[in-house]
Amino acid sequence: MKPLKLLSAAVLAGATLMSMQVNAHRAWILPDVTVLSGEEPVVAFDAAVSNEIFNFDHFALNVKSVRITAPDGSMVEPENAAKARYRSTFDLTLKQEGTYRVFIASQGLRARWEKSDGKRGSYPGRGEDYTQEGFDKNVPKNAKNLKVSQYSRRLETFVTAGEPSDNANKVTGQGFEMKPVTHPTDLYVGEDATFQFLIDGKPAKGAKVTLIREGSRYRNDQEAIELTTSRQGNIQIDWPAPGRYFLEAEYKDDDAKKPATERTGSYVGVFEVLPD
Amino acid sequence: MLPGKKCLLVLAASVLASQASATELRIGIELPDLKVAEYHKPYVAIWLENKDTRAVTNLDVWYDADMADNEGNKWLKDMRQWWRKSGRSLDMPVDGITSATRGPGQYDLSFRSNQARLADLPAGNYQLRVEAAREVGGRELLSIPFQWPVDGSFSATANGSKELGDVVLSIQP
Repeated sequence: MKPLKLLSAAVLAGATLMSMQVNAHRAWILPDVTVLSGEEPVVAFDAAVSNEIFNFDHFALNVKSVRITAPDGSMVEPENAAKARYRSTFDLTLKQEGTYRVFIASQGLRARWEKSDGKRGSYPGRGEDYTQEGFDKNVPKNAKNLKVSQYSRRLETFVTAGEPSDNANKVTGQGFEMKPVTHPTDLYVGEDATFQFLIDGKPAKGAKVTLIREGSRYRNDQEAIELTTSRQGNIQIDWPAPGRYFLEAEYKDDDAKKPATERTGSYVGVFEVLPD
Repeated sequence: MLPGKKCLLVLAASVLASQASATELRIGIELPDLKVAEYHKPYVAIWLENKDTRAVTNLDVWYDADMADNEGNKWLKDMRQWWRKSGRSLDMPVDGITSATRGPGQYDLSFRSNQARLADLPAGNYQLRVEAAREVGGRELLSIPFQWPVDGSFSATANGSKELGDVVLSIQP
């Protein structure tokens, strides 16, 4: 029975990630440390969906979908990956000097409609990944109240061995992304940081951004920082205290390609802010 | 042999003369004797920072340079400001700058304006910065602002509270 259990947990975790906006659970990839020195340092990561930042109280994120790009742009694999009930863990050996990007990203089309029996139809289904083929096969084009949206989701974090490198601000130009103006592993209390949000490579204006510092369990107030991106897609953050921060950004507009009628983006980043 | 010896003497005399006219920058650093269950000698970085250009002139860095497989480099980042401002762009160890860690005590360092490190130091507003980080212990950063070059003698002290004792900077033109 064990394999079956694992499978259903993975499916549920996937479903939880998808409905992130609805139930306020927070998915994240958390590095133990982001600034490293020495030869081939190793960073430990946790990946989970939780309520508290950063505790393990809901589901493990699936490590299989984690991608890592090295400073030279090549892809590297997570090491020692393991999945427990509430969290996954993995290691990353920083063999190159510079900045590594660790992320989970997906995008595609999502559809909802009303079936002839009045029940709701949707694609992709729970735990299912979007494919154009699957979309064409499963979505009835003439269904009642059919609503198609372009979605993009990204979870990411950055770690640096030695000097931070510029590859951290490389974007794909597709979906909802964050382009750091201030380097994401060079953040200090007392210094404002600027991050730019992009939708399909263009400034994402009016995205809602929430930041929560780690250790929320030990505070009565979440002390969330709420920001909205400017016309240029920028936010400026004045870090109130050191620690690792959970950053979540949500974006929506009507500038979609047919058959979609809306474009949505969700982004989560984890950033470490050091004391002066 | 005589001409050679004479030459050497002339050289020695000129070195002495230039040393006499060179400004001396003296730094006194106190590493306190901490009563803790587990004590490791701290990593210490001592540098000059130009307040306008942010350029860093490293004077001394004390760390575990001689551990096998450069294991000691792993903790260099704990001197956070130094790591950010200089360390992360250096190839450790650095000749004439890095040396072994030191235990509790009083250390006096002396640098002359005609020595390599200070000879190229542009005039400006500076800070002497001393940062100490100790394994399973704390971290402390002290700063002493000063002008370079000096008109007359200059002396200032910064008082550490935990990882560093008093740090004294004195400059004699």
